Amino acid sequence: MASGPREKFDNNVIEWVDSRLPIFTMLQKEYGVFPTPKNFNYFWNFGAILMIMLGIMIITGITLAMHYTANANLAFDSVERIMRDVNYGWLLRYIHANGASFFFIAVYIHIFRGLYYGSYKQPRELLWMFGVTIFLLMMATAFMGYVLPWGQMSFWGAQVITSFFSAIPLVGEEITVWLRGGFSIDNATLTRFFALHYLMPFVIAAVVALHVWALHVTGSNNPLGIDVKTKQDTLPFNPYYTIKDSFGVLVFMLFYVGFVFFAPNVLGHADNYIPANPLVTPAHIVPEWYFLPFYAILRAFTFGVNLPILIGLAITAFAMKPFFSNKTKEEINLKTVGITFAIAGIFFLIGYFSQYQLESGETMILGGSFISAAFIDAKLCGVLAMFGSIAILFVLPFMDKHPVRSARFRPWFRIATLLLVLDFFVLMVCGAKPAEGFWVPLSQVAMLYYMGYFIIGIPFLSKFEPVLDLPDSIHQAVTQGKTKKSVKKKA
Amino acid sequence: MTDTPQKISDNDKKEEPTRRDFLYLTAASMGAVAVGSIAWPLVNQMSPAKDTLALATTEVDIAPVEVGQAITVMWRGAPVFIRHRTDEEIMKARSVKLADLRDPQTDEERVQKEKWLVMTGICTHLGCVPLGQKPSDPKGDYNGWFCPCHGSHYDTSGRIRKGPAPTNLVIPPYEFTGDTVVKIG
Amino acid sequence: MKLTKTFCTVLAVVGLIGFSNLSYAAGEAEELPDMSWEFEGPFGHYDKAALQRGLQVYRNVCSACHSLKRVRFRNLEALGYDESQIKAIAAEYTVTDGPNDEGEMFDRPARPSDAFPSPYANDKQAAYANNGAIPPDLSLITKARAGGATYTAALLHGYEDPPAEWAEKNQLLPGQYYNKYMAGHVIAMPPPLAEGQVAYEDGTETTVEQYSRDVAHFLNWAAEPELEERKRMGVKVFLFLLAFAGIMFAVKKRVWSDIKGK
Repeated sequence: MASGPREKFDNNVIEWVDSRLPIFTMLQKEYGVFPTPKNFNYFWNFGAILMIMLGIMIITGITLAMHYTANANLAFDSVERIMRDVNYGWLLRYIHANGASFFFIAVYIHIFRGLYYGSYKQPRELLWMFGVTIFLLMMATAFMGYVLPWGQMSFWGAQVITSFFSAIPLVGEEITVWLRGGFSIDNATLTRFFALHYLMPFVIAAVVALHVWALHVTGSNNPLGIDVKTKQDTLPFNPYYTIKDSFGVLVFMLFYVGFVFFAPNVLGHADNYIPANPLVTPAHIVPEWYFLPFYAILRAFTFGVNLPILIGLAITAFAMKPFFSNKTKEEINLKTVGITFAIAGIFFLIGYFSQYQLESGETMILGGSFISAAFIDAKLCGVLAMFGSIAILFVLPFMDKHPVRSARFRPWFRIATLLLVLDFFVLMVCGAKPAEGFWVPLSQVAMLYYMGYFIIGIPFLSKFEPVLDLPDSIHQAVTQGKTKKSVKKKA
Repeated sequence: MTDTPQKISDNDKKEEPTRRDFLYLTAASMGAVAVGSIAWPLVNQMSPAKDTLALATTEVDIAPVEVGQAITVMWRGAPVFIRHRTDEEIMKARSVKLADLRDPQTDEERVQKEKWLVMTGICTHLGCVPLGQKPSDPKGDYNGWFCPCHGSHYDTSGRIRKGPAPTNLVIPPYEFTGDTVVKIG
Repeated sequence: MKLTKTFCTVLAVVGLIGFSNLSYAAGEAEELPDMSWEFEGPFGHYDKAALQRGLQVYRNVCSACHSLKRVRFRNLEALGYDESQIKAIAAEYTVTDGPNDEGEMFDRPARPSDAFPSPYANDKQAAYANNGAIPPDLSLITKARAGGATYTAALLHGYEDPPAEWAEKNQLLPGQYYNKYMAGHVIAMPPPLAEGQVAYEDGTETTVEQYSRDVAHFLNWAAEPELEERKRMGVKVFLFLLAFAGIMFAVKKRVWSDIKGK
């Protein structure tokens, strides 16, 4: 790493270490004088907040593991022993349990910031992809952690989530049995989840190291989304951002400790204080709140892919072709594209309604079962869409070709992205509701917007959103107060 | 998190240094307090939990133990021997000359009531449990206890008489809370 | 900015609608009555007299069918009992210990380190004795039910004759009872409390509602014995962090004071 020429340190001990392993030189370079854009807003605190959260989760997790027993007969009791008898056990467990929620709050804000200010764009594509990887690992870790207390929601959540894999054609059942280590959720499942739950945070920490490494190669993005040009645009990381991050972390902690001490079970589910019972299913199985949007996407598929929907998909792909080609926006005939989309839409509607269950319980058949029969059933579609909704983030940097990063200078993208945030909350509410009545079509519309944003919206905006004049430099924008409104449109 | 920034002190050296120093010092010391108070639960969680402490003392009803019999009770994860000694055993224990003992201690020092010998049943050599509690056990050359691991012999007062063990069997803290109730710990 | 403001307003509305009824119960049940508890709020604490009365109700009534297996006699110190009182309470119970040297299990009086013994030897026996419905363990009941102590108290005095409208469509089988606050209204537990059933020594009125409140108060303690310590610590931690954040904000302002445009 930092093995080039090195300045000497005054302190003898530091100098002794540094001349043998230049760790202090590295720290000084990456966290001391590291040039950081001077116009960060408070959204840029969340990287530091997430670092702290990961640390808190690992430390409290290790201490909890000293008392936890990963055995189906003992797990629940061992958690209660932590709550009642272990010194500060209740504190450690509540910090850990609520920590998961606050970790996700922070990561969602962090992802939103990356999306809104175009941090995923060239040259930070790999940095973004490491980030999405961390998010996926976090989801897996959180899910397995929720199983460990072995309450009713732990057990039935594990039951539902491992059942996703049974949707895989041909080998689904075998994979599910392999994942569970048995024919149902049992001791074997619990012990492997514990082993992996203990391991994964360290994998996350390793990917975080890569994430930060990649960040320090390209340097940070900033709210204006323009590149750093001169020294005037930046500040040394220390003290400016060490102090600002400390302040941000403390404010975040205020909310966090509020939950830990005064409402420690609000974000959880009452049923998880009932020991797991394979013979009694809870009336309403819901995942933790941070999984709800994806759970809603899963359940939005009350329909599968049948012939009309497949044709609709093919037509959509055809309509999208020019957006991914080298054609300029003048060369694309929007009218043709619009008509093609409309035709695709008709096929989608036919495909959807041919599978629609009427209240009498009969299927609304248009043209016989040949048309309505789904060859990718609803369950598999739901699972694919749920994983797809995260996987699509990996390719986002390559779908968005618009030259401007920050939403501040992309009015169309800005509205679309803010609507996506709203959509995410709508999905979250849908995921918490029973899959019946009004909530089903609402979640389907919300799911369509989520998918449409990435698959159609982003490529479309890349071609058609006008490019606005950007400030010349960060310094100029900051000193002249041009950080918020775009200047005029390019002539 | 709270390292006092070096760069700054150059910049505002002129203006109100006391207020600035006060701010930085307060922030730094609050950081230290925060780290300290977070560390304590993390350290203290490893101390014995409340359920463990609740078993730190144990009460034993010794009424059913007949003369010549012994019982073993568990206390803090270790066996405690309680022996209802016969007159002969007491006499034997008390007739030994202190000079003959490796770890000189009178029998009177080792018991509260001469009929009852209460001691930790762990050989002071390498921690095995000596034999001698059951009538069928070998009791060693001194009719007390015999450690099968390396052949230490203990007498009827639990004192080391022969073999590698350096000291007598340990007497745990205990008291008689009733005529026939012993509270250990 | 207009757009941002509109966006925030819409978001807040969606959030309020969504999260106000996120926890949803299966089957219709009456909305819980408004009850206030001494242990609510950031400065909440238990009322020792109420806890003692609640323990009395549990021991005289609930314990006939419901276990309290995570509460140990030594924990009763939090109710204001001293060591000898706890020993005396424990000694009134018999627990099975063993095996002894002959390999037999034996009964002995409970000690402070023992938990409240269960009324049934196992779940099968509990189910058999109660028409197949296992009376749940009560140690975590207020945490394990949405609505907590309020739900627990309400349920205990929520028995009534089924309304005519309900009775038209549904029927109570033998061993089933109608309860306002039960999800689906059908409960297998017979009305447990009757006026004057437990004699209070401190002159508190001996109504069903008072019993329900006291025992719910006690069960909330059983489920969250750490509550008082947690809230006391929470207030300190929160105030400390608030002050620390304030100081850090001042430091931040000072550090940034020489940066133009900020």
